[in-house]
Amino acid sequence: MSGSSGTPVRAQERVQGRAMPKRKIRLHWSDPTLRSIFWQVLIVGAVVGIVWYLVDNTNRNLAARRIATGFDFLGRVAGIPIGESLLPYDPAKDTYGKALIIGVLNTLRVAVIGIIISTLLGTLIGIGRLSRNWLLAKITAVYVEVMRDIPLLLHLLFWYSLLQGLPGPRNALRIGDGVFVSNRGIELPALVWETAHSWALFTFLLGCVVSYGLARRAAKQQADTGVRPQTWPLTLVLLLVAPIAVWFAQGAPFVIEWPVLRGFNFQGGNKISPEYGALLIGLVIYTSGFIAEIVRSGIQSVPRGQWEAAGALGLHHGTVLRRIILPQALRVIIPPMTSQYLNLTKNSSLAVAIGYQDVVSIANTVLNQTGQAIEGIAYIMAVYLTISLSISLFMNWYNARVALVER
Amino acid sequence: MSATATKWLGGMAACMLLAAGFTTTAAAQGTGSATIDAVRQRGEVRCGVSGQTAGFSLPDSQGVMRGLDADSCRWVAAAALGDANKVKFVPTTPQNRFTALQSGEIDVLIRSTTWTLGREGNLGLMFAWVNYYDGTGFLVKKSLGVKAAKEMDGATICVQPGTSTELAIADFYRVNNIKWTPILIAEVAEIQAAFISGRCDAYSTDASALATFRATQGEKKDDYILLPDIISKEPLGVMVRKGDDKWFDLVRWTFIAAVTAEELGVTSKNIDTFAESKIPEIRRLLGLEGELGKALAVDQKFGANIIRQVGNFAEVWDRNITPMGVPRGINNLWTKGGLQYAPPMR
Repeated sequence: MSGSSGTPVRAQERVQGRAMPKRKIRLHWSDPTLRSIFWQVLIVGAVVGIVWYLVDNTNRNLAARRIATGFDFLGRVAGIPIGESLLPYDPAKDTYGKALIIGVLNTLRVAVIGIIISTLLGTLIGIGRLSRNWLLAKITAVYVEVMRDIPLLLHLLFWYSLLQGLPGPRNALRIGDGVFVSNRGIELPALVWETAHSWALFTFLLGCVVSYGLARRAAKQQADTGVRPQTWPLTLVLLLVAPIAVWFAQGAPFVIEWPVLRGFNFQGGNKISPEYGALLIGLVIYTSGFIAEIVRSGIQSVPRGQWEAAGALGLHHGTVLRRIILPQALRVIIPPMTSQYLNLTKNSSLAVAIGYQDVVSIANTVLNQTGQAIEGIAYIMAVYLTISLSISLFMNWYNARVALVER
Repeated sequence: MSATATKWLGGMAACMLLAAGFTTTAAAQGTGSATIDAVRQRGEVRCGVSGQTAGFSLPDSQGVMRGLDADSCRWVAAAALGDANKVKFVPTTPQNRFTALQSGEIDVLIRSTTWTLGREGNLGLMFAWVNYYDGTGFLVKKSLGVKAAKEMDGATICVQPGTSTELAIADFYRVNNIKWTPILIAEVAEIQAAFISGRCDAYSTDASALATFRATQGEKKDDYILLPDIISKEPLGVMVRKGDDKWFDLVRWTFIAAVTAEELGVTSKNIDTFAESKIPEIRRLLGLEGELGKALAVDQKFGANIIRQVGNFAEVWDRNITPMGVPRGINNLWTKGGLQYAPPMR
């Protein structure tokens, strides 16, 4: 209420400020500067007062109820089991702090892959809806309307029970050499990672950076002189020949670890668990429905004349879409896309329902074992805030990059 | 994260979580117990239960909560208000049960909750009595061909997160140097579905809950076997908040009265035949002499109320647990080789 009255006052003051010399503040209600200062102080005071009251009240009541507070528990040995982890984890030795970090990594693992796949799938479906092929347009339309209308939790439970319906590990479906599908997940052969691979990867990444620099220089040269120097032979060497040479120089180790059925389950190799699979499939299918609509509306926001003009130049459909329509559509697409990425990340917390151990699941367990609910919830809030702000920052930067620069 | 930022964040979360529950802390006069006064004023005991565990607390076809934990709530209501039906059953999960009690949403938590030092020391809660002495067990499919928990190297085990079970299994397999994969699902129904579908090789929780789950599988119950290993002690207790000793006393002595009634052979059926009893212990239990009710700030007849309206410990056990095919075992009276032992009511 006070905010709305404060803004016009200040605006008015700014207008006056340019016209009139600075005058003294009168100690009277009719003085606009004094009034605005009064309201600002009142609002800040109220906010600080409320926060102080709530924090103080909580601390006093926690003390009265003899509930432990503080973040000391992060250093204690956890003892809680964790199903899947990107880091080696031993409940007997590792701390609650590490368990919580594993939770964040698990969330990022599903969020990052989910965002990439749902963007690709959503874009394809969005373009498909505009296709001149009747069948494709209708199928994608049905996909969008059905998938985004089903609540996400149902998606997850559906995919999870579907994956649970697969045969057990002893009767696993064999899809190829060392690839098995069972209700324990998908088993894949794994490359035994050695230092030679790390060096080769490092060389490749270095090659990427140098190639990017080369491409930039070539583009600049093309802009200056109209002739683009040939860069592909050097790029090929940097990206392919050099890493392979490094790998050979280190003795070319190549050992594959095959998943083998031993005892109750497959041992060795890589595994995609049904929990992770169901969560990823559910999130991707649900979110891609929304992304498809964003892409479609973005494309349709580009005036028809652009299509016709490009067609008149003799460009074909795909080229028009790639070089003319999509770059313009991106300006409309990116802001709502950011919301979808944030949604996907936050929706991944429904993992609790199907037993994937994301940050919410692990933090819930930790707060339950330690009894420190406030700290646990604060941690979850801090993690989601950090991830969401990072996505927002990146997308805002990207949006500024593709936005039309007007003078 | 700096200390101030940490504290601030903690405070913010606290606002959202607890402010609602903590607003009323005014010390009432009356009985000297804020909880008893609140219960009297409200006219009902709010009792946190699971609501999903057959034999402990599960609504029947009429929607009436049935089970050992449910009847335990009725005992408390009979003692505090003189009417066993004045209970509001609040379903809780393993994850929100302690917060519900800390925040005052419930007056007493009777939800197969294990009595541990950590919970009593850190949570601001205390255990008034143990209504079931349990232990962590394993349920497996017979077709798996497993006979003991130690044979399950590399097995996948379904567990509820945030329970003492998950810690017990981690300890057991650590000691025996056995690898296992946990599948942690919060919802009981989901976890049981995962076990039935074969997502996990074993379902682990308190042996009592496994036995009742198996008993409710109808025709298929013989497909599952309960392994003989009990790998931990799980005394399942009745919890109250710290800081209200009068309420703690009332809850504790309610259970002692139920056990005493079994020791003395007083049941809901024969209670009226003891009206002229000459035995001092029975006269004190039924409030015919002494001032035990006054000491607990409740009705003099609280002992008679809990026996008449709900039954003694054996009656409640036979009504709820025996149909599940679980023997009384260590839950028997101390005179019959069990652990239930009532301190003297005098």
